[in-house]
Amino acid sequence: MAGQPIRKPTRLEPWQDAGQTPYVRIEKVTKTFGDFVAVDEVSLSIYRNEFFALLGGSGSGKTTLLRMLAGFEQPTEGKIYIDGVDMAGIPPYERPVNMMFQSYALFPHMTVEQNVAFGLRQDGVAKAEIRDRVAEMLGMVQLSAFGKRRPHQLSGGQRQRVALARSLVKRPKLLLLDEPLGALDKKLRERTQFELVNIQEKLGVTFIVVTHDQEEAMTMSSRIAVMNHGVIAQVGTPTEIYEYPHNRFVAEFIGSINMFDGRVVSTEGDQVLVASEEAGCELLIAHATPAPAGSPVSVAIRPEKIALSKEPVAGGGPGGEGRNQTTGIVREIAYLGDVSIYLVELPTGKTVRVTAPNVTRRTEMPITWEDEVTLTWRPFAGVVLTQ
Amino acid sequence: MNAVVSALVSGLSRIGLWGRGVVVAIPYLWLLLFFMVPFLIVFGISFSESIIAQPPYSSLVDWLKDEDAGTSKLQILLNISNYFRLGGDDLYILAYLNSLRIAAVTTLLCLAIGYPMAYAIAKADPARRGPLMMLVILPFWTSFLIRIYAWIGILKGNGVISNLLEWVGLTSGPVEILYSDWAVYIGMTYCYLPFMVLPLYSTLEKMDPSLLEAAADLGSRPFKSFLSITLPLSLPGIIAGSLLVFIPAVGEFVTPELLGGPDTLMIGRVLWNEFFSNRDWPVASAVAIALLLVLVIPIMIFQHVQGKQAEAGR
Repeated sequence: MAGQPIRKPTRLEPWQDAGQTPYVRIEKVTKTFGDFVAVDEVSLSIYRNEFFALLGGSGSGKTTLLRMLAGFEQPTEGKIYIDGVDMAGIPPYERPVNMMFQSYALFPHMTVEQNVAFGLRQDGVAKAEIRDRVAEMLGMVQLSAFGKRRPHQLSGGQRQRVALARSLVKRPKLLLLDEPLGALDKKLRERTQFELVNIQEKLGVTFIVVTHDQEEAMTMSSRIAVMNHGVIAQVGTPTEIYEYPHNRFVAEFIGSINMFDGRVVSTEGDQVLVASEEAGCELLIAHATPAPAGSPVSVAIRPEKIALSKEPVAGGGPGGEGRNQTTGIVREIAYLGDVSIYLVELPTGKTVRVTAPNVTRRTEMPITWEDEVTLTWRPFAGVVLTQ
Repeated sequence: MNAVVSALVSGLSRIGLWGRGVVVAIPYLWLLLFFMVPFLIVFGISFSESIIAQPPYSSLVDWLKDEDAGTSKLQILLNISNYFRLGGDDLYILAYLNSLRIAAVTTLLCLAIGYPMAYAIAKADPARRGPLMMLVILPFWTSFLIRIYAWIGILKGNGVISNLLEWVGLTSGPVEILYSDWAVYIGMTYCYLPFMVLPLYSTLEKMDPSLLEAAADLGSRPFKSFLSITLPLSLPGIIAGSLLVFIPAVGEFVTPELLGGPDTLMIGRVLWNEFFSNRDWPVASAVAIALLLVLVIPIMIFQHVQGKQAEAGR
């Protein structure tokens, strides 16, 4: 994973605090379109000041869930509470929520200023105050000089910022963002990620953002809900999602990962020993959920947690007794600048992906194509998935 | 034949006209031959004098020969009295005003009926939009005249509407709607409705539905969203539809002739009378040219709006 959490390590973890009441409560919400179940009995609690990401592929139900929060769709079953109020039957224009649309949905016949002022005009805010607040918002998104332009005269990034200003000008407690950075190029996206997080922290607004980009979700959010086929596969902080995936889907969806199928040999405390023919060795995993001996499991190991060396490792490997250690032949190397990706073929035919930082500046790699290498990893590296 | 074509092709490609040039040149040639030339002829006739001859107007250009002096003169006579007659006679002014009023009422009626229709079709399930639009265009498959005659049957005393009203008990005798301005409004609105619905539908259908969602999200109630978003964004469709109805409606002849009463005096009727009854081609031509000038103004507005739209890049 290239994405580094931008978020400062704050102590904001309201979901850990039993005394906190969630700002948004989604209770067993189901949404069907004809025979198609878009959202299937989803329950979620989102707290004040969270930057919450709904992450999933297309058709995972994340956008449908967001649209139900905004009021554009009604749940087929279940309840949505915002700030303790049941949202059933409350139309979008009466909800304390604003949304930033994927296509931005800027009004093409209005200037930037008129677009931003639109929400305030609906509330009958005094003209002078509208002017001040619009100017303040445009200043915040650095578009003060563009107030008189129309949307088609702006670049993609500028339109995105107008859309953000328009959705924030009413000072909503909850802002919904549908793929907010989807239409931007990579450089601009990275910069905007920082801006979004800064604005969110400065204004103290709860953000719920829908994205299909795992890197974006990892970088910006306090918590992520990974969705798949209308169901929430896992909810957790970016670290939890990445380091402790609950199931194969989450493990494979977030970043890249190596999966070794095997059977549990023994469990001692929270240490699980797994025999895997695919890996060609026994795997010792620390801090794992205990599983009965003989049960089929998958062991997931991230590519950056595997070490490569040309010489066999002395002393029986990091797991002892030859565990967590196997050999293979380097088949492919991809040089990415900061890191290189090695695809190593094990004698069993299984290909293992390993990433290693390029610590020294050399044109010749110490490990090259067709080298025989030893792969090792520490007991803390793996995760046991029981499905 | 092939040799001629290929010679033409090679000739044109040598002068760089082939391809894009020809695609533009052919319709322009068509317009030049069948619009510009007849227009200039009519324009010329409007400055001549009516005479009893064949053709029934004096020529503008004469070649006078003075036998004694042995010289010859080119004489161009421009008779502008035809235009003064248009301005001086109430008949023409009334007919123009009547035409404009009937066309305007027709346009408003078409807009009032066509806008909700186009809106409903554009908001319908995509699979049903095609058949619904088909139904709008369907009347074009029958002859225009037959449809107008059908309206005579519906509107006349003891016709369908009259009998229905009597049967319901709203009226006690036959109701004559036919041969009145109302019959003309009904007939013309009916005829021109598709020309209003088609451009309106195409602008409304193109509208991004997320714009209305965004408006609702920002606190705008549905009717207010319609006024502040849908209506201004469909303005190009409203203008296009209105011009498509208004322009032909001003010069309409057949519908008022068949459905209108003796008071329904429209410029098309005046033109017909001048041309066929009075055989006064010069005045008829002047009426036609004046009508064209009246219509050029809305056309120029249309062009201006279109240009602005193109500039907006949408």
